[in-house]
Amino acid sequence: MIRVSIDPAPIELALELAALEARGAGGVASFTGVVRGDGGVTALELEHYLGMTEDALCTLAEAAMARWSLFGVTILHRVGRMGAGERIVFIGTAAAHRREALDACAYLIDRLKTDAPFWKREWRGDSATWVEPRSSDAEAAERWQA
Amino acid sequence: MDLLYFAWVREAVGVGHETVDPPEAVRDVADLVRWLATRSPGHAAALADPARLRAAIDQRFVPLDAPLGDAREVALFPPVTGG
Repeated sequence: MIRVSIDPAPIELALELAALEARGAGGVASFTGVVRGDGGVTALELEHYLGMTEDALCTLAEAAMARWSLFGVTILHRVGRMGAGERIVFIGTAAAHRREALDACAYLIDRLKTDAPFWKREWRGDSATWVEPRSSDAEAAERWQA
Repeated sequence: MDLLYFAWVREAVGVGHETVDPPEAVRDVADLVRWLATRSPGHAAALADPARLRAAIDQRFVPLDAPLGDAREVALFPPVTGG
């Protein structure tokens, strides 16, 4: 079962983990991305390509389901403006055993960074700068090319 | 053809969406970028350095040398930074 959502609303971690546990799998792995407040960042703003983003995330989830034996995949990404310390992204995977759940979770967050049309803007008080991609993100995604 | 711009490309162009009818000589995304750059100073600023641009045709990522074919929607944007 795949659950994908792109939403300005906060991510309810306990609910999402409980839903994955209820899939009846032996193990649940998750990754939560949180807005870092370092470098004077007061808020983060997320723009996305409405229409394409959901398809891109579903494609990633389907690729993970095809590659590993999974009971469930959840990909949640917030959009709009959020403050330091708030959750921005959640990836959850449920599988019979830890290795599949952990590997699929790592795959999904690595690929999401390069394969989904989101753009981040950092706010420091009243000034904003668009975030540049890191080359390490592309390398992390490459690692999963089978 | 519908054009969409995102992030700083959108800001520099000044709009997030426009409809254009490129001439026949515009065959691939790179041709389109060069042609669009002549439309306004904002377009020129946004599209000056194609190495900083990424593209999608009909909501699929494509390289800049991808042919436009029967594209209905073309999006131009910086490298993605989600997650």
